[in-house]
Amino acid sequence: MFHLILFLFFGAICVAGAVNLLVQSHPINSALSLIAVMASLAAEYLLLGAEFVAAVQVIVYAGAIMVLFVITIMLLNAGKEERTKGSRVAILIGVPGVLIGGVLVAWTLLYRSNTQAVPIGALKGDPHDIARLLFHDFLLPFEVTSVLILIAIMGAVVLASRPEAVARGPRKDAE
Amino acid sequence: MSITTFVIISIIKSVAVLGVLLTAVAYSVWLERKVSAHIQNRWGPTRVGPFGLLQPVADGVKFIFKEDLTQPHVYKPIFIAAPIIALVFAITSISVIPFGNWVDIGPWGTYLQITDLNIGLLVVLGITSMGVYGVALAGWSSNNKYSLLGGLRASAQMVSYEVSLGLSLVGVLIITGSLSLRDIVDAQRHLHWNIFLQPVAFFIYLISAYAETNRTPFDLPEAESELVAGYHTEYSAMKFAMFFMAEYANMVTVACLATLLFFGGWLGPVFGPPILQMILPVLWFCLKVFFFMFLYIWVRWTLPRFRYDQLMAFGWKVLLPLAVANIVVTALIVAWRA
Repeated sequence: MFHLILFLFFGAICVAGAVNLLVQSHPINSALSLIAVMASLAAEYLLLGAEFVAAVQVIVYAGAIMVLFVITIMLLNAGKEERTKGSRVAILIGVPGVLIGGVLVAWTLLYRSNTQAVPIGALKGDPHDIARLLFHDFLLPFEVTSVLILIAIMGAVVLASRPEAVARGPRKDAE
Repeated sequence: MSITTFVIISIIKSVAVLGVLLTAVAYSVWLERKVSAHIQNRWGPTRVGPFGLLQPVADGVKFIFKEDLTQPHVYKPIFIAAPIIALVFAITSISVIPFGNWVDIGPWGTYLQITDLNIGLLVVLGITSMGVYGVALAGWSSNNKYSLLGGLRASAQMVSYEVSLGLSLVGVLIITGSLSLRDIVDAQRHLHWNIFLQPVAFFIYLISAYAETNRTPFDLPEAESELVAGYHTEYSAMKFAMFFMAEYANMVTVACLATLLFFGGWLGPVFGPPILQMILPVLWFCLKVFFFMFLYIWVRWTLPRFRYDQLMAFGWKVLLPLAVANIVVTALIVAWRA
């Protein structure tokens, strides 16, 4: 019972943060709401019993990725964004589209899917189980993903460095 | 154990730990001033109480009664929230630190720890990684070039060194096979302290921990010779005190972790009547933490500050490869033995 109340509480924070993320006009406020969303998601995982996933959620998303977001906003010194009235296409097609999509997803989940909802505290969150899954049962996909991420990092470095700097080789004055 | 006793014991433990932590924070400031003074051939605080022991109280009163300035050019909501964020995350991480063994008080018994999670170490890392926001947001919301530079330096430095800090702990985890801080300590019985098994990891951890807590020789975020006071330039009174307390609380947490992971936590010679057997482990733990706090201060008043590019190059080109090499070697040895 107590768990259920907490679960709903964090769920409400999560949704409120997501809405606030869209409503706020200042980028830093949006970034902070996104952190609140990430943190409350971690709390939800924790309540479901997936302790390891919760900790990783906080460390990776709230602690590392969002720090980069905030640094970028600080560096660019992005100010308030201007309000527009919004495009007519978005209102005419977007709003009904979102509504229909939401109804479809809810209908599929409630009546058409064979999966059961996870009871609170029932997930296997033990690091041992997760390690066995990652490094034994799903070893190949896991390693392939890591190579994929490595390639993405190298691509980002190549894209970010200026072409003439690449042609000249490593900078001498940086030493 | 019924739910009522559980709640009562938890509240007692939380209040006690929080009280001890805040006192330790106050007195490490006193210790810092005293040790730095003796290193520089001065006396340090002597006027308030014997050996200046009441100086932290006087400082606290001063901070409360100082004028609390909020400059017109700051971004107010975040300017006020930043010190709170820094302090809250600095204090929260103490909640999973075990500082003693199982104790029996009358019919009840409890571990000397607020809560024992099987992912305790990850929780500490997660909470400390959130602490960056306090510093970064303080620098940004102050709307001041020195603050912004300090905040940027702090966040870049903390993110960089967090990588080697986390990787240095992997070696310990491979040997222990558990993320629970209690299990890690239990695995170090009979003087099998991890410092002997993982000396390289220990030094990587120690250096990265200094950088994580923004202490000299890595205190570039508040380098007073170039940035006035870095991210807390615009802060005064209790808001400044919060950053101050957060820094020292982080130091305590890092010292606790070093003790638990590498120096056998509360393990030590235990003898005598039951009451002594209960107190001695806590005493050993406190002594080891005190040693690391002293080391912190000793290093700060001995070494000069790095240059910023040196700091970054050292973090990424020396510490990180070393930490990765340590993991590979440890994993190979463990696999070979198994």
